[in-house]
Amino acid sequence: MKERKGLIIGSVILIIIFIGMLIKGEPSKNIMVWIAAILTLSIYSFLYRDNIFYKFAEHLFVGVSVGYSVSVVYQNAFIRRVFDPLFITRTYIVEGQFHILPFLAVVIPTLIGLLMVSVFTKRQAWLIRIPIAFVVGSYAGMSISPSFQANIFEQTRSTLHIALSISSFIMIFGVITTLVYFFFSKEHKGFLGRTANVGIWFIMIAFGASFGYTVMARISLLIGRMNFLLYDWLGVIK
Amino acid sequence: MNFWKKVMKLNRRWIFLLIALAVFIPFLKPLRLPLSITKPAKDVFDAVESIPPEGPPLLIATDYAPSTAPELDPMLYALLRHCFVTKRRVMLLALYPQGAGMAQAGLDFILPEFPDVKSGEDYVFLGYQPGVQAVVMSLGEDVRLAFPTDAYGVSLDSLPMMEHVRNYDDIALVVDLAGSSIPITWVIYAVARYGQRLGVGVTAVSAAQYYPYLNSGQFIGMLGGLKGAAEYEILIQQKGYTEARQIATIGMDSQSIAHLVILALIIIGNIAFFASKSHKKKGTSSK
Repeated sequence: MKERKGLIIGSVILIIIFIGMLIKGEPSKNIMVWIAAILTLSIYSFLYRDNIFYKFAEHLFVGVSVGYSVSVVYQNAFIRRVFDPLFITRTYIVEGQFHILPFLAVVIPTLIGLLMVSVFTKRQAWLIRIPIAFVVGSYAGMSISPSFQANIFEQTRSTLHIALSISSFIMIFGVITTLVYFFFSKEHKGFLGRTANVGIWFIMIAFGASFGYTVMARISLLIGRMNFLLYDWLGVIK
Repeated sequence: MNFWKKVMKLNRRWIFLLIALAVFIPFLKPLRLPLSITKPAKDVFDAVESIPPEGPPLLIATDYAPSTAPELDPMLYALLRHCFVTKRRVMLLALYPQGAGMAQAGLDFILPEFPDVKSGEDYVFLGYQPGVQAVVMSLGEDVRLAFPTDAYGVSLDSLPMMEHVRNYDDIALVVDLAGSSIPITWVIYAVARYGQRLGVGVTAVSAAQYYPYLNSGQFIGMLGGLKGAAEYEILIQQKGYTEARQIATIGMDSQSIAHLVILALIIIGNIAFFASKSHKKKGTSSK
């Protein structure tokens, strides 16, 4: 009963604020902006409790996102890379002559890719191993060497680049103590235990920095929506 | 009931309301709090400034979706304004399906400010191509391998801006605006393999994980979250490049006030936790 009373009072206050802003501001005349604003408010209504408006907006968002992504991939991958070269531009016909290599360069990858859908059949499901093996093999070959270069060698070099500064000392000290914390072949006792404890502090500071940035990101999203509601929709701010 | 116990049982909706007000009020009554420019943001700005006008292009990759647009859209707008005002050429591409829509929306938002800027001469929008790693690598060989045409179906060979652009050797700088881990792909395949200069604009959530790459010099600079975007906006405004509405800078007052409210809530929450704990202990010992 108390909750319902609070909800009614809250809703009335929000409606009064909304009408006041509509009168004071310059509301958008674009129907799409109104739809976006109503959907935004529907999503935020979840903060009070789960409701039908939130569910509708959430389902719509997921559906539109997936639909958009599928259509973009279809247009840019299948149409641009397979359909057009085979049937429209016919890249394999040069000066009226049929050339087998450009033809196979489109057909073979397409056939290998089509084997991905074999997973939907019971008998031929094993065929999916072929495109997966191709993808895993080619990407492993492509990425092992540059990944080591970018993530191990470069990072180690920059960590060991000793400069006479406090930050350089802290970084080396932090890396060593954190690595000690992840050394599990010996019990963390005595000197090893104390060093590992220091490592925990560095890990906690890293988590703290990460959490601080996460808070900033979430507030930024709210700021983005608030800016949309007040500027683009209601036109009450400049 | 003890005050701290009441705090511990506070309905979380009051906290939502408090945060909403902390963000809402500074929009209506701006405080104009000072904002310092950090070195990573200045480095991105300087790297763009170092590109000769009408010379090799800046490649902007819009690898994000609407869910991270409030942080990354202002970066895209600021970068496009910076380049178009100073006659620097821009290439745009997306390695993320929804990124193509974000790039197009960014162009639609900025281009009305620059009626002289033309597609194919001052900027080229390449669109989206699937296969993230393969696309980043093929740009090192020939842009046309991954993008034979631009996003509107025009052959790259027929675009005046692309006449002298073949691969990374002809691209002055890559700036990846990302709401995911795609910047690491750029580091692995474009920086490590081809020595391409890379700057990034990332969401605040992922900024902390990218500092090692900044520290090692694999990123020449970084714009982190809405603050990074606001810093870039201030830098181009200080140079007198634009007087347009600065979306990120406007939001920074709300950001600061909301952070103060969260700090206060964390402190009050901790005091309430320990106070109610000691109250409980006292209660059990007196029994």
